Amino acid sequence: MIRTLLTGNGAAAWGVRLAGVDYVPAFPITPQTEIIETLAQWIDMGEMEARLVTLESEHAMLTAAGAAAATGVRVFTATSSQGLLYAMEMLYTVAGWRAPFVMVNVSRGLSAPITLEPDHNDILAARDSGFLQIHCATCQEILDSILLAYRLAEDQGVRLPVIVNLDGFYLSFTREPVAIPDQEAVRHFLGPYDPESIQFRASQPLSLAVAVLGGSQYSYFRYEMHLAAQNALAVYDRIAAEFAHRFGRRHDAVETYRAEDAEVVFVMMGSFATKAMDAVDRLRDAGRSVGLVRPRLIRPWPEARLRELLLGKKGAAVIDQNISLGKGGVLFTELAAALYGRQGAPLLTSFIGGLGGRDITREEFFEMADLTQKAAQNGQAPPPRLLYTEAEWREIKKMQAIAHAERQRLRQ
Amino acid sequence: MDPAGNPNKPSPPKPLPSTHLLGGGTPMCAGCGGLEAVHEIYDILGPKTVFVNAAGCLTLLAVYPFTPFRGSWLYTAMASAPAGAQGVRDALEVLLQKGRLAPEDDLEVVVLTGDGAAYGMGLSATSSAIERGLNFIYICYDNEGFGNTGQQYSEATPHGARTATSRGPRGFPGYKKDLFAIWTAHRPAYAATVVGAEPLDLARKIEKAKGISGPRLILALAPCPTGWDYEPHKTAEIGKLAVKTGLWPLKEYVDGQVMHTKIPRPRLPVEEYLKTQGRFAHLFHPCRNDALIAELQAWVDAYWDQVK
Repeated sequence: MIRTLLTGNGAAAWGVRLAGVDYVPAFPITPQTEIIETLAQWIDMGEMEARLVTLESEHAMLTAAGAAAATGVRVFTATSSQGLLYAMEMLYTVAGWRAPFVMVNVSRGLSAPITLEPDHNDILAARDSGFLQIHCATCQEILDSILLAYRLAEDQGVRLPVIVNLDGFYLSFTREPVAIPDQEAVRHFLGPYDPESIQFRASQPLSLAVAVLGGSQYSYFRYEMHLAAQNALAVYDRIAAEFAHRFGRRHDAVETYRAEDAEVVFVMMGSFATKAMDAVDRLRDAGRSVGLVRPRLIRPWPEARLRELLLGKKGAAVIDQNISLGKGGVLFTELAAALYGRQGAPLLTSFIGGLGGRDITREEFFEMADLTQKAAQNGQAPPPRLLYTEAEWREIKKMQAIAHAERQRLRQ
Repeated sequence: MDPAGNPNKPSPPKPLPSTHLLGGGTPMCAGCGGLEAVHEIYDILGPKTVFVNAAGCLTLLAVYPFTPFRGSWLYTAMASAPAGAQGVRDALEVLLQKGRLAPEDDLEVVVLTGDGAAYGMGLSATSSAIERGLNFIYICYDNEGFGNTGQQYSEATPHGARTATSRGPRGFPGYKKDLFAIWTAHRPAYAATVVGAEPLDLARKIEKAKGISGPRLILALAPCPTGWDYEPHKTAEIGKLAVKTGLWPLKEYVDGQVMHTKIPRPRLPVEEYLKTQGRFAHLFHPCRNDALIAELQAWVDAYWDQVK
């Protein structure tokens, strides 16, 4: 198959184009904007038969996305960071409408301080919204995951919106060779959008998202969403297998790298996991038994699969590219809950790194593997670590000293 | 416009609908002026509609598993009902264009919002929907406060009114925002003020709005017994007084022109309206606040002075 050099954003746009999306409510935000620019260009040039409308905010954009899906068209939208948070009320709301669509989030750290580069605090803020989440590590995975996301979202047993997440800059603006699947093959894989019972028609009046009075009715609908999200685990495995069969590429709910016989594994999500793969190779060369476990599905949480992969390991270094302020890493907490009280659970260590696009270096991976191995040997977990080097510390102190000196000079 | 082509000549009278489409038994307060207006509007718009609702009193019209509407309903959130209307309208257009929707299955998209959202939180979404030329009807039932939460003042509250958050002797210190002017500054397809107590004027405007496409505002004064503090049976009387005192001008905007559809002559003094409602009782008891009453009268006089 011919492969084309595409940025992560370009790969996302191709996924949307191949999925036969009808409607794209949009709003620009860095580093997502290239996706909607690409789609707008294709639509304007008649290469894609869809309607794109720029709303005045992400809150409005998500409302329009949900409302259009509820009217019976295939919808795509995209955002990032502050935009995702601005839309947060509507994420929870439209998920409850049970009208499926797909959104891309290009991860970017949250204000304050305002920044452009990635971490996962934005997407994890949407963790409990009812949107399912697929996290990508390569550009190919982005394109493929969008196709998988439509199948998953629209499945009769699921009917929930899905977010496909990719890291800003590291994926959004990085070109990688991507195989663009054949349009006809995608059409066979996805089929036309089936709105099922949710669509507004003069001949079929429908009341959607009406108020409920009382906890019993409310609980009924919330439990239904939870069970639907849990159904999505088995559905995902089925469609991922079908995708592999049709297109020759497997994208499991949890991906692993040299993990099967490893004593210690890194556990992390997103594109920084490719840095971990490099570190794993080098550690293996040095005779260390290290691997990588990367959950692609974060919601639903593939708990059973993670247990299968991790029970029996000696240690797992959980690397969180997010920080729940006052607690620590979100992935660590989720993993600890999945393994708690289980026979053969590995010793878990917790590391926070890669915030706001900060690199995680090879040496840091070596150190994390080392610490985890030692902790596993003596059975004692060290306190969580915030990755930061002395050189970084010196650099920030230098900047503060310069700013301070400048202020003193201006006061004179 | 009538067949003779004279836009100013009123259409020949047409009987009001005799069957009422909106079901009863809703949890609205007795004497709700918002519900009164929606009843009258729905009789004319009919069930080939989808009401896209913003958080407010009338959100409780549809409570699981019942609805008084024969047509469709979508509750969104407080700030973004016009964006919900955008999504529905766009999707209907896409479906029509691609031959996936029979033309007779098409719907009129109607936003239903209170003043709390319309004058404040929802204004950005509204302004943008008008700017995009969205083909929708926007109904604001204006009860001049956050009625659903117990009548705290909103940006639609009139000067001097007592609300749950302005209980002092001078009432609300601000001035009611002019939503009609904000709308018409966008040059929409149509805009009109109505009140349920003037059903013929209301019906004529809804009928006219129905025949136009593009952004259309129906701004309905919604007398509110619980929020304004009066007996529920007085809703129609208070609505009429709002018009007769000139406090609620009935008007419409068509083709760039604002026309008043009912000019009160002679205009009753504003205090005839004010003294019917507990929210203005502090203007009369324990002692009369002549200055504030005169200020409100002067505002109304100045408004009508500039109406030709």
